Amino acid sequence: MAGTLQFDLVSPERRLASVQATEVQIPGADGDMTAMEGHAPTITTLRPGILRAVSAAGVQSYAVTGGFAEITATSISVLAERAIPVEELTGTVFDELLAEARSLSAAALPEDKDGAEKMVNEILAMRGATGH
Amino acid sequence: MPSLKDLKNRIGSVKNTRKITKAMQMVAAAKLRRAQDAAEAARPYAERMTSVMSGLSSAASGSAEAPRLLAGTGSDKVHLLVVMTAERGLCGGFNSTIVRLARVHANRLIAEGKTVKILTVGKKGREQLKRDFGSYFVGHVDFSEVKRMGYAQAQTVARDVLSRFDEGEFDVATLFFNRFQSVISQIPTAQQVIPAKFDEAPQVSALYDYEPSEEGILADLLPRAVATQVFTALLENAASEQGARMSAMDNATRNAGDMINRLTIQYNRSRQAAITKELIEIISGAEAL
Repeated sequence: MAGTLQFDLVSPERRLASVQATEVQIPGADGDMTAMEGHAPTITTLRPGILRAVSAAGVQSYAVTGGFAEITATSISVLAERAIPVEELTGTVFDELLAEARSLSAAALPEDKDGAEKMVNEILAMRGATGH
Repeated sequence: MPSLKDLKNRIGSVKNTRKITKAMQMVAAAKLRRAQDAAEAARPYAERMTSVMSGLSSAASGSAEAPRLLAGTGSDKVHLLVVMTAERGLCGGFNSTIVRLARVHANRLIAEGKTVKILTVGKKGREQLKRDFGSYFVGHVDFSEVKRMGYAQAQTVARDVLSRFDEGEFDVATLFFNRFQSVISQIPTAQQVIPAKFDEAPQVSALYDYEPSEEGILADLLPRAVATQVFTALLENAASEQGARMSAMDNATRNAGDMINRLTIQYNRSRQAAITKELIEIISGAEAL
């Protein structure tokens, strides 16, 4: 059994999770990564996607819409702009997220346009992956 | 000398007022609890955000291409004051203390020859500032329809501020709000958000890897940090507002009680006087016979 690391998931409004996890899969901006005990200290931004935490209690999944993660050898803190447990995901939630991302993309400055459109696509991809 | 009937009506109306203030106090107490919980729940995020930001920014502020949100525009001619107040009154000095602080700040900046722009959040502050500073208003965010302050509201304010910054409308932005200390004490606070200022972090020994890059992360996080600061301010403000209202209504309830006591004594006295007068009239009438 591998060692554990302290996993904290916080959104601006509340703390969603604080458990000892054996591994945490996070949707990093440059690609997915899995953090386990002894990971090199890393700070990465997140893209919209599914975050999975494997702990003694089982696997918990959350949909996150962006933010960043701070990984050290013994802990990982994920600061997500919005995090929703996968069980609570519904089509309506996605509709809201999409509407918000699209309106941002429409209002974005030309140089930010690509990023905003990527955001929309990421959310669409996440929707496809979770089957809503 | 008011008549007995007048006194009776007066007592009745003060009793009604007391009922209302008492109810308001209890509502404020319940809301305060919720507001405090919300502020408490938001703390871990804000703290971590600040600690990461201070680490990142102290590393980046030396370099020449530090983002403008961090380094500033290079001048400090135009100041944006974001004055956050309540949507409702009847909360003691809550709104006035914020407005007073903002007013002092604005006057000082104007005396220094700087340009002042004011963005108001909450209509009470807008009303109070309108007379002296109406010409400096650049915008207003209305939360009168909002029941519970959420991160979405903070994002609305932050986006407004950031888009103004992107368009070069101002150089320095400062938030004005009340920091919640206790039910009886709220501290009016001015906090500069742009260019970002973070307390110097104790240099963390761990050298982080950054993905995508240090600058990329910083550019991504700075707007979020602004939103987080606005959110913290909004929550502090919400808790302060309820705390201030609670103590103001507590005072009002007590004053109403005192007033009822005074009026009741006065009422009893004049009733007694009327009875005595009638008796004297009867007795002296009987004696005259």
